[in-house]
Amino acid sequence: MSTPSVTASDRGFLGDGKYPGIFGWILSTDHKRIGLLYLYSTMTMFIIGVILGLLVRLELIAPGKTIVSADTYNALFTLHGVIMIFLFIIPGIPAAFGNLFLPIHLGARDVSFPRLNLFSWWLYLTGAILAVTSLFTGGGPPDTGWTFYVPFSVQTTTNVTLAVVAVFILGFSSILTGLNFIVTTHRLRAPGIGWGRLTLFVWTLYATAWVQVLATPILGITVALIFLERVLDVGLFDPARGGDPIMYQHLFWIYSHPAVYIMILPGMGVISEIIPVFARKHIFGYWAMALSGLAIAFAGSLVWAHHMFVSGMSDTAILVFSFLTFIVAIPSAIKVFNWVATLYKGSISLEPPLLYALSFIFLFSIGGLTGLILGAAATDIHVTDTDFVVGHFHYVMFGGTGMAFFGALHYWLPKVYGRMYDKRVATWAWGIIFVGFNLLYFSMMVLGLRGMPRRYYDYVPEFTNLNVLATVGSWILAFGLVVMFINLIRGMISGPDAGMNPWGGKTLEWTIPSPPPTENFAEIPVVTTGPYDYSDEVLAPEARR
Amino acid sequence: MSSEHRDDVGARLGMWLFLYTEVLLFGGLFILYAIYLHQFEEPFANAAHHLNLTLGTINTVILLTGSYFVAMAVSAVRRNRTRLAVGLLLGGVGTGGVFLFNKYLEWSHEIHNGIYPGSPKLLDLERGEAVFYGLYYVTLGLHGLHVLIGSTLLGILAWWVHTGKVNSERFVALENGGLYWHLVDLVWIFIFPLYYLLL
Repeated sequence: MSTPSVTASDRGFLGDGKYPGIFGWILSTDHKRIGLLYLYSTMTMFIIGVILGLLVRLELIAPGKTIVSADTYNALFTLHGVIMIFLFIIPGIPAAFGNLFLPIHLGARDVSFPRLNLFSWWLYLTGAILAVTSLFTGGGPPDTGWTFYVPFSVQTTTNVTLAVVAVFILGFSSILTGLNFIVTTHRLRAPGIGWGRLTLFVWTLYATAWVQVLATPILGITVALIFLERVLDVGLFDPARGGDPIMYQHLFWIYSHPAVYIMILPGMGVISEIIPVFARKHIFGYWAMALSGLAIAFAGSLVWAHHMFVSGMSDTAILVFSFLTFIVAIPSAIKVFNWVATLYKGSISLEPPLLYALSFIFLFSIGGLTGLILGAAATDIHVTDTDFVVGHFHYVMFGGTGMAFFGALHYWLPKVYGRMYDKRVATWAWGIIFVGFNLLYFSMMVLGLRGMPRRYYDYVPEFTNLNVLATVGSWILAFGLVVMFINLIRGMISGPDAGMNPWGGKTLEWTIPSPPPTENFAEIPVVTTGPYDYSDEVLAPEARR
Repeated sequence: MSSEHRDDVGARLGMWLFLYTEVLLFGGLFILYAIYLHQFEEPFANAAHHLNLTLGTINTVILLTGSYFVAMAVSAVRRNRTRLAVGLLLGGVGTGGVFLFNKYLEWSHEIHNGIYPGSPKLLDLERGEAVFYGLYYVTLGLHGLHVLIGSTLLGILAWWVHTGKVNSERFVALENGGLYWHLVDLVWIFIFPLYYLLL
């Protein structure tokens, strides 16, 4: 490479901060340091969430009591949900990798509001600490499920009050990150970067940011109402006083369904970055990709009530929401087809990030297609509140966003730390994760089709075999994760020098040293081509045809 | 290291986006209001007639006056009339204080009469009236909290104008603080007719 050689001792933004020691991190306004703070904290919460999930699965390995009491089991799945949703998967990609790479992709030195950015992380940390504290204080850990449905969430004596305060604060953090990203994208693009030259990662972050800004306040008011119901006994959802519990569900899902797109869109952005690089081809259908992200964000905001087909809505409402739900499949399918079209006749190098991208396409497609079964009211009524639903959303969330997150780790960590992990181990870890994943969640979908309800502590003996299969799958998955993390951490600390551009990427982050210097660019770059221009690559003749 | 980053347009854009989220926060409560009004027209009207229209009207005038002060403060700063601007901002803080004092009078009267969330009297009332009062306390409480935050903000801005951190060259913080105060005002302009006038 004809670039200035970067030695491992040149630590860029990882080097000395403005303040010594840890204060150089927790008081830093550098977007990359904040991104890493988010990465470390979300990964910690992910690991806690995984352990809780493993315990839930272990309890379900046999009918009756296995390791914990029914109450503890309720707390386990509630906390697994709260932690994974609000503390890992929503902030995961946008707050960690978005913070790390959005300004670099725009050719900017930082986000528009660096101090607000740091404040967001502090809010996240406060929310995380409160959420974990709610486990050990008050009348015991929350046991409502992550959805906090009334009336149970108002009546239960467990520590729901603190948990909803935590969620409120986390929502605030999410809003401020989204706001910052929107303004940054509008204001800080380097000369030459028009809307047609944004990377697709930036496009999806932009769409996500709008959902964050427009949907999260509704979550804020919803959990604030739960708080007030519990503290002041207002009775807005209490039928005895004229309230309506269904209204709670509407308010909750008006946020929480769009939140699904906060989770998945940045993941789709990561995949759209990885695939062109490892196929050595321009992304197929750039504008279709960019606009389908916005379309998903828009259409996804209109479909919340498909979570409520059996709650007692009118048939007309069910019909309308079912139809709208099906519409979201169109832009999602556009993305999947465009990724596949990009790969077609590409010069493919099967590196670890691409493996995760491919498993994203595979698993997300299964998750999306099973989503249609839930979107159609007739079939939904059969599988509502069964393990089928749980299997489905784990295919979307974990198989989609989770795989994208791991793909992002493998794709970008060499950039962030300037060191490369062991690719062979990474490939093995990917294989183990993939096998364990499918064993676990596919078994759950079959269980659900056969009638196993979700969130139940006990079940009839007929379901034992599939439950054992799922639990063993969870162990294989966890083992794969351990291998992956150890390999990544070892790579971070002592891997060989990765160089400036280990994958041959064309986006702006690959034009600066690894790890990037504190203000990213010595001089703000002037951009003259789109982000995926591989026209100068020498391809094998058959690939060119 | 690098030149100072300053982007007034960006700062304004950020503030407007934030104000959107505030509107949506109250929007959730207005949705509840709309739906419950649809269900309980009679009880809502009965309960609304009971509220103190005089205090509500006075508070409307007070908030609008506060907004006027803040808007004038922005003009004053742009013309370098610092002392006037500080005075106007403190006037804004004062209107917030008076508003909250009136709210205190209004609420303590209601509570004295046994109308507060979860009160025994409320449980005896007709279904729907209890919901109205529930929404009344939640919505106006949330608005009152915003008045408190807005007043604090105006106080800080007055200090910044006084120390010269906000001046005729850089006043985007003042403009944004003013926008926040106008939002508090705007939300009240929806609350006032919905709860005091309409029914």
